[in-house]
Amino acid sequence: MTTTIVRHAKVDLALHELRAARGPVLLLLHGLGERSPRGVPPVAATWPGAVHALDLTGHGGSTVPTGGGYTCEVLMADADAALGQLGPATVLGRGLGAYLALLLAGARPALVRGAVLDDGPGLFGGPSAPASPSVVQLAPDTPRSAPDPYALVELTRDVRPADYAASFARQAAQLSPLEHPISVAAKGRPPWLEAAADVVGVRVLDVAAALADYAGLAPTGNG
Amino acid sequence: MVIGAADAELSDEVVAARAAFPEARRPDRSRAVLSAGLRLAVYEWGDEAAPPLVLAHGGFDFAGTFDVFAPMLAEAGFRVVAWDQRSHGDSEHASMHNWDADVRDAVAVLDSVSSAAVPVVGHSKGGGLMLQLADACPHRVSHLVNLDGLPSKRTPPDVSDTERTRLLAGELAAWLDHRRTAAEAERRPGTLEELAQRRGRMNPRLPIAWLRYLVTVGARRDADGWRWKIDPAMRMGGFGPWRPEWSLLRMPGLGMPFLGVLGLEIEPMGWGTLPDDVRPYLPPGAELVTLPGTGHFVHIERPVDVARLVVDFLAANP
Repeated sequence: MTTTIVRHAKVDLALHELRAARGPVLLLLHGLGERSPRGVPPVAATWPGAVHALDLTGHGGSTVPTGGGYTCEVLMADADAALGQLGPATVLGRGLGAYLALLLAGARPALVRGAVLDDGPGLFGGPSAPASPSVVQLAPDTPRSAPDPYALVELTRDVRPADYAASFARQAAQLSPLEHPISVAAKGRPPWLEAAADVVGVRVLDVAAALADYAGLAPTGNG
Repeated sequence: MVIGAADAELSDEVVAARAAFPEARRPDRSRAVLSAGLRLAVYEWGDEAAPPLVLAHGGFDFAGTFDVFAPMLAEAGFRVVAWDQRSHGDSEHASMHNWDADVRDAVAVLDSVSSAAVPVVGHSKGGGLMLQLADACPHRVSHLVNLDGLPSKRTPPDVSDTERTRLLAGELAAWLDHRRTAAEAERRPGTLEELAQRRGRMNPRLPIAWLRYLVTVGARRDADGWRWKIDPAMRMGGFGPWRPEWSLLRMPGLGMPFLGVLGLEIEPMGWGTLPDDVRPYLPPGAELVTLPGTGHFVHIERPVDVARLVVDFLAANP
């Protein structure tokens, strides 16, 4: 495994090459509080090309910034910075990474060659509309090591409106050259994911079948 | 961070720009406050033993934009406290921004002033932030004054990223392109006059002498010219899941005395909120004052009037 550093604004992101190969590129996005796996996970074992995994801001080998302020939008930009290095890629996201994969598929429809949304930590996120606000200040001596405690707090409170998620899914469906740019594999169905799954062009399909389709390995059913 | 030390070495052009706007007065004291480890620059005007009054500036502004308004409140008998929000002015440039973090920073500043409830005045985005603070921590806010920062269903221009709903393919791509280059981003250098002229596009109603004064506070002199201190990674516009009307719904339940001030002239940095947009949502007993012929920066265009409104409001609600 080789790791390169991708600079995103003030943050150094650890981008791990789990397998070097020619052919289509697969990018893995971990869940909230997780880090990239050390090797190619079994579900991606038959992927015919290179496999990379990104540690998001505040996670794994990436910078733990000072002062929190996490948003899913800025973490989507983490993933986009990785695409800046890798070029077009299929994105497989777990939990929080699944939500980021959905946002990125809508924002970079030409670069995301299929997004697979799987279960994992941080899938549910915060509510669909704001809860009563509160102020969370962690003790000043809270260790500043990954995973960043502010990520764990803020990314379980962020608002994920169903229609907001659906608008990214619609944009991916309209602008991607793929017939099914988004595959929902997760069994957990927070409102944002339910709404995305209902968008025409988004399909429900397990991870292995979705990856096989995006890799061009075998035809798949409609799921 | 000691203002006096820097002031001892003011260049001739700074001295001249400041002398040309004698109504403004730099703070009497400055200090640093840590919020989750992030260093915030805090400023004070007036007697340290006087009752505190906290001011929150708007997006892309800095505490020095209170250099006329704050001294008037200090003269009225308050210890006036303001801070540069994260990535603004002399505060540390943060890696990330959201409203919860800005409100957390505000609480860190309040913690450095008093553990009791204090009067809070917020302009524009600072007004919106203070609505959230008052909703989250009613025990920290004794009176709330909102200066042209009342939310409406319109989208404010100085509120970035997560506080917006607009979602256009081109805007998303432009924002991501900006993020890809943010590591190398630098503010464009220029002469003091050029920076003042540039700011004039955001502040078309404010006198050029004031904008020149602001350059001497909110910008720094590099070898190749003046640059605004604000983090070059910050960008106006953006997108996110937040809807302005959600902020609106925070107002009716506020229990502390509330004063809203709206400038009625529409301008680039303004929120375009009309009195009828917000009246149905004001908390019981709230005062709403509208200022005809006045733009978004009500406290800069009419500092005497707005300072009197604030002082009278506080006196009327002991």
